[in-house]
Amino acid sequence: MIKDQEFLKSKASYCLDLAKKMGATDASVTVGHSISETVNFRNKSLDASDRSDGLALSIETYLGKRRSSISSSNLLDENIKTLIEKCFETTKITPEDEFNSLPDKNLLAKQISNLNLYDETRFENEKKIKYLKDLEESASSDNQIINTESSFTENKSNFILANSEGFCDGYKTSSFTASCVTVAKDENSMERDYEFSSKRHLSDIKQATDLGNKAANETIRKLSPNKIGSEKISIIFDKRISKGMLSAFASAISASAISRGTSFLKDKIDQQVFANSINVIDKPDIIKGMGSQNFDSEGVNSNTLQLIENGILKNYLVDTYNGKKLNLKSNGRSGGTTNLYFENGNISYKDLLKKNSRCLYITETIGHGSNLVTGDYSVGATGFLVENGEFKYPVNEITIAGNFKDMFKNIILANDLEFEYSINSPTMMIEGMTVAGK
Amino acid sequence: MSNFFNKSDLTRQDTDKIVSETLKNCDDGELYLEESKSESILLDDNKIKSSNYSSDLGFGFRAISDEVVAYSYSNEISKDSLKSSSENLKSTLKSIKGTYNHEIPKTNKKLYEDINPIEQKTLKSKLEILNKVNDFLRKKDGSVKQVTASFAGEQKSIEIIRSGGEVITDVRPLIRFNVSVMLEKNGRKETGVYGIGGRQSYDDYLKNDNWKNVCEEALRIASVNLESKPAPAGEMKVVLGPGWPAILIHEAIGHGLEGDFNRKKTSAFHNLMGQKVASEGVTIVDDGTIDNRRGSLTIDDEGTPTERTVLIEKGILKGFMQDRHNARLMNTKSTGSGRRENYRHIVLPRMRNTMMLSGNQTQDEMIKSVDKGIFAVSFGGGQVDITSGKFVFNCTEAYEINNGKIGSPIKGATLIGDGPSILKEVSMVGNDMMMDPGIGTCGKAGQGVPVGVAQPSILIDKMTVGGTKL
Repeated sequence: MIKDQEFLKSKASYCLDLAKKMGATDASVTVGHSISETVNFRNKSLDASDRSDGLALSIETYLGKRRSSISSSNLLDENIKTLIEKCFETTKITPEDEFNSLPDKNLLAKQISNLNLYDETRFENEKKIKYLKDLEESASSDNQIINTESSFTENKSNFILANSEGFCDGYKTSSFTASCVTVAKDENSMERDYEFSSKRHLSDIKQATDLGNKAANETIRKLSPNKIGSEKISIIFDKRISKGMLSAFASAISASAISRGTSFLKDKIDQQVFANSINVIDKPDIIKGMGSQNFDSEGVNSNTLQLIENGILKNYLVDTYNGKKLNLKSNGRSGGTTNLYFENGNISYKDLLKKNSRCLYITETIGHGSNLVTGDYSVGATGFLVENGEFKYPVNEITIAGNFKDMFKNIILANDLEFEYSINSPTMMIEGMTVAGK
Repeated sequence: MSNFFNKSDLTRQDTDKIVSETLKNCDDGELYLEESKSESILLDDNKIKSSNYSSDLGFGFRAISDEVVAYSYSNEISKDSLKSSSENLKSTLKSIKGTYNHEIPKTNKKLYEDINPIEQKTLKSKLEILNKVNDFLRKKDGSVKQVTASFAGEQKSIEIIRSGGEVITDVRPLIRFNVSVMLEKNGRKETGVYGIGGRQSYDDYLKNDNWKNVCEEALRIASVNLESKPAPAGEMKVVLGPGWPAILIHEAIGHGLEGDFNRKKTSAFHNLMGQKVASEGVTIVDDGTIDNRRGSLTIDDEGTPTERTVLIEKGILKGFMQDRHNARLMNTKSTGSGRRENYRHIVLPRMRNTMMLSGNQTQDEMIKSVDKGIFAVSFGGGQVDITSGKFVFNCTEAYEINNGKIGSPIKGATLIGDGPSILKEVSMVGNDMMMDPGIGTCGKAGQGVPVGVAQPSILIDKMTVGGTKL
């Protein structure tokens, strides 16, 4: 059973009281409990099962403008006492930092609305097994599929965040995740692809057969790929990949990257950074949203933020510490974005494919090729060559490269946005990127 | 040494009984207990930004029957908690009729000392060094706009209890010291990063003001990048420098030779054993037995002593890396490659220190032989698609080669290649093998483990460079 609010609250207040007693001027504590159960299948039979049950505690103690932190998974009172002593001793010799402080009291979340983030349904392992059997049955129906691996994870979590300003709140969340990886083989090649579905509520998970079919189809169509030549070409990013552009953008506008001066988007507030048709929104209060939250990791209330309005950068993602450095108020983004998305464009997916007579459709990228200081981007890629709106053949062992500053200004979005994950994007086209191949 | 039983109602006798009873009809399995203490201290933007200490304690209970692995972990070490894990394992493995394999090799050798590096150096002296790093770099070069420096230290104590009461223990220290510097000149910004580390005390790595060398190397890389031009795009010859660039081997070859992917036949290498997969000059080993290295382990996380596993010998594929589970299913022996990030994770076959051994050519000869290509000296991360065999890695310091001479530095670019064929393109192997400085972390199935790499300079005849200049 997941630990209830009362248990977590009692641990949190024990920590706060102790820290205060030792002489801390301020303190903040997070106590969490999480249980998850996973069943793995391979080639239509049970491969592994995994159960985890974990408590976690983290404490920050302040002595004026000095601060340090500890974390532990051992919640015995005796251990907590030793750790807080150690933490406070460390705090005493850590140099002062004028920007260290708890969040402003008036920014803390006051009302917690029910965002329906917890589904108490228990999906017994037997039911997970049934789901995975159906999934793998459909995933392996084509004889080109030579290996299937799938899993179902059920997670229930609860947490309390408390600080010495009197904030003390938390809530339960749940998630259910089904995923499938398939391997297909023909005389020329062996390829792998995947599909997954992750939801707060069990009833919203994709049908097992749909998920299996999708993974298999995605894999089979990659067989017998070609390598293409090096050229400038328009690139279409499948939704799987286009949402990654938003992740890179979010990292580049975090107050920490901005205050440290290590972002290519520093000093760009109120300037054009995307094509003027582009709007980017971060919305924390979507019902059942995978990224939804009532407050951020410091307890600060989070409201919907328009990050990009008609291509213009309107907000950074601000936490307390870096906000004070930049002279900005926290906007409840300590811990990053919530539900982040591009608004729909005004062209259909089909028309986007046909927009250029020849383009490259990317379904997977590999490597860590984003440099957020310079904006340079270079990654390995897999996809398809598209001619006159039709998928011609699979392509691999190529790289795509550009610079985010130019890429962002050349984005064209389709109108096929769906809210599947915590970051969502319509299909995206960027014209004039460099492909390196043969 | 940790004592997992002194603060709990669980006695060693109870534990032995529960473990033996749970694993009775299983093929393998064990109780893995782990206590870790870790710290990270970060200087950033002229200030000590964070100082964190963490302690973690828990167990992972594993039962294996035929191909099925049941696993349960908890961070509550108590009789109830262990019993409930045991029930959970038994409910997964319903009707089982295995024979427990008691055999596990022993070792008396220790590859590192039982130290706690965190306690061996005072916080005050660590803070002092971080501040010195900041002052040193900012004084040395006026274009330094940002300095980040950090210490990370850890002591991990593990105890493995097998059916029948056999106990195997290990205490593992690990440290890392890292410096990152950002320069700004004429409106351009570039960063340079360098770090060192391994399984000794901080002072073993920092004696004789060695932190200065780390700073200078980070600064040198950043300065080179300030002058960099757009990288070329397309297939060309690539000379790789010695040491850290061996992450090419880690990605291109290493992952594909891990036992699990080959048992499942999802690796591009699964049917190539005994075949020629590289030029004759290429010999690659995965070695867990080098004293004090980041990727070394006295025993792996299943209790098997590590070894030097030959993967490729003179171009021929000779071996895979195995944990006990995959080894049993493939009728072979564990190579001491069973590893996990911590007690929250299952064991997987993983790399330790992956090394290409020296040949007899020089780096000079290689550069001179190239008309048009690139010379890559330092890298960021890499990644591989095991099944298609395609892998990438990102240059963080590289130069053009024109007519046998090293030219201008080029911007960071991704290099992409095909694992099973890339080593056939290796036409020269240098005599200058070097280990990396002790900074690698390998990710697989969401688990990060410390690893090392080594190689001499090599010349690859054809590889795709992912620049922007056509």
